[in-house]
Amino acid sequence: MPLSLQSEPHSDPHAALPGGGRPEREPNALEVEDLRVYFDTEEGEIRAVDGVSFHMRRGRILALVGESGCGKSVTSYSILRLIQSPGRIQGGSIRFYPKPADGGAETAPIDIASLTEKDERLFDLRGGKISMIFQEPMTALSPVHTVGNQIIEAIRLHQDLDKQQARDKAVEMLGKVGIPGPEKRIDQYPFEMSGGMRQRVVIAMALVCNPEILIADEPTTALDVTIQAQIMGLIKRLQSEMNTSTLLITHDLGVVGQLADDVAVMYLGRIVEQGNVRELMKNPRHPYTLMLLKSLPGMSAGKARLSSIKGSVPSLRELPAGCPFHPRCPFAVKGRCDVGDRPKLEKVSETRGVACIRWNEITDGDIAAIDKEPTR
Amino acid sequence: MSPADSTLPNGPLLKEPHPDTRSADPAAGEGTLSPLLSVRGLCKYFPVKSKGLFQKQVGEVRAADGITFDLMPGETLGLVGESGCGKTTTGRTILRALEPTSGEVWFRLGEEGADPRLPVKDGYVDLAKLSEDQLIPLRTRMQMIFQDPFSSLNPRMTVRDIVGEPMLIHKICKGSELEDRISDMLTKVGLKPEHRTRYPHAFSGGQRQRIGIARALMMNPSLVVCDEAVSALDVSVQAQVINLLQDLQAEMGLTYIFIAHNLDVVRHICDRIAVMYAGRIVELAKTEDIFKHPQHPYTRLLLSAVPNPDPDTPMNMDFTGEVADPGNLPQGCAFAPRCPLCTEICKHDTPSLLNVSKDRYSACHHSDQLF
Repeated sequence: MPLSLQSEPHSDPHAALPGGGRPEREPNALEVEDLRVYFDTEEGEIRAVDGVSFHMRRGRILALVGESGCGKSVTSYSILRLIQSPGRIQGGSIRFYPKPADGGAETAPIDIASLTEKDERLFDLRGGKISMIFQEPMTALSPVHTVGNQIIEAIRLHQDLDKQQARDKAVEMLGKVGIPGPEKRIDQYPFEMSGGMRQRVVIAMALVCNPEILIADEPTTALDVTIQAQIMGLIKRLQSEMNTSTLLITHDLGVVGQLADDVAVMYLGRIVEQGNVRELMKNPRHPYTLMLLKSLPGMSAGKARLSSIKGSVPSLRELPAGCPFHPRCPFAVKGRCDVGDRPKLEKVSETRGVACIRWNEITDGDIAAIDKEPTR
Repeated sequence: MSPADSTLPNGPLLKEPHPDTRSADPAAGEGTLSPLLSVRGLCKYFPVKSKGLFQKQVGEVRAADGITFDLMPGETLGLVGESGCGKTTTGRTILRALEPTSGEVWFRLGEEGADPRLPVKDGYVDLAKLSEDQLIPLRTRMQMIFQDPFSSLNPRMTVRDIVGEPMLIHKICKGSELEDRISDMLTKVGLKPEHRTRYPHAFSGGQRQRIGIARALMMNPSLVVCDEAVSALDVSVQAQVINLLQDLQAEMGLTYIFIAHNLDVVRHICDRIAVMYAGRIVELAKTEDIFKHPQHPYTRLLLSAVPNPDPDTPMNMDFTGEVADPGNLPQGCAFAPRCPLCTEICKHDTPSLLNVSKDRYSACHHSDQLF
């Protein structure tokens, strides 16, 4: 049984309502358990995601962080079943809990991982209850259709509206994401817009069907810093207005710190540390999270050398034995960290999980000592 | 490292060739700091052509417009700004990878004795005016490190060929001496001599960037333009490469122009920073001054938009406006449409880069309000 950290596996949300007040903890919108996504290649099986578990709560932003190749995008694509051959979901479950209608009863969860490719429910979910913002707005939008037609298509696939109603709704949504003159802009093609405007269109398209879960895959990576700030503000505002659960995929720890409520750090296909944003950013327990934060230029004081992580991310084909981070870890101990299986994500507090066998042995003194070690 | 105070003009941008200003320095001569590079009014305009048979020029994009700064030996100057602000164009035009439209780029030749065929003035040559032939021997002194470690290395060449090629082109050495130098350089950048026979695909992104650095430093240049040299790298590897660049600078006495959009990286590595907007430098000052007391409204906007990993240090997500389109600039100050301080004058007059206090230059009609 994989460890669940965000909350206990889905329970009746009304049970948590003594006296009918606000629930102390929002119910889960999505539970991913032991997800494994493998890719068959000529050199053998690549385990891009190998046993990932996390829970998303309603109305909160969970950030999935890691360097390139850690499996964060593959995880997010699996939720919409967008993994294409040679990739496949080898095992695990992705349980989606639809929001009950007002006053309605709780509906049964849908295990997205076990649906067949042709299942009606999958088409319903994609772009409807679960939608996605892609990284590169230029490739996510069709260059030969106006942005209006693309948004209207998304609306009419999922909602019973006629053309004019759908168009009105599209205009309204474009206005909501801060596009000036939406009634004119709606008839433009993506190439007529700037990068920031295109990303707004992609966001409008993702949100137009009131999704319960929004997956944002590097939504600001391709943007300039001032435009990034605007888009971040937009995501945050819409998120609280619409009470969507958001899965934010990013490698930028600054974006995480400013947007996320909860964070899961991935390394080589697994989550190595999980927790709420404050405890994780201010008091990282896994050496990888710690070193990642330390290697940010803004975080170390003055002009001192940056502490960097030695070496580079190993290939998924040649995973080191034991903890796969041990060859790069300044705290690794021979004979303990480099043998056996990967350390499991251990629940260290109510909200916190760490996959390191030495997490409670590492002292502040050890951490201070690594700054003095030169690495090149 | 402090930039010389007297070398940048007070008042409107200098029209005179730079050496005149420099000779005003009474202590000019041995032992004093004179700039390695003096850029004056450098412009690069790209023509915009009409569609159709004759391709008539219908306009121009002012990618770099009146760039002026001094660069002291051993210094790192950051060029920052959002995409399309002209920072890369500026870097490339200085190295004559692009032909300048106008302006001067005075490069100090040093004591080694310059080629007598070069038009030297007080130990400086104007790179912008030299012919291609005259430039060739100078190419060894200035090098570039590129952003993308994947496309900037030829996949069909081994590391030895990539790193050794400049030496062969400039006929500096060959044979076993070349092999020795390649090995030394690879060791210096943190690779192993036995990597020489491998091809770029066998390396990770960070290692490839090290190969690019080795290639650039092989000629022992004095000026290196790093164009987004660490932007494509993952955080953990980025820190390694930043450390490497700093070590090599100390070891080899390099002078960097560091082009980047990541303000945290620039703050870490640069002595001074030039903030660019729509082809112009809008603020130039020491790094800490820029970050602690920005004196141009654009610099303020830029800094307020940087997301901090600490959730308790909030950022500004609440502003409007788009980056200016360099092909379609408004009259007056290009930043005026987004500027909170904008008044009538900003819509008509383009502000010049003025010396507002010691070592500080700002191009804003209202910079006095920003103290």
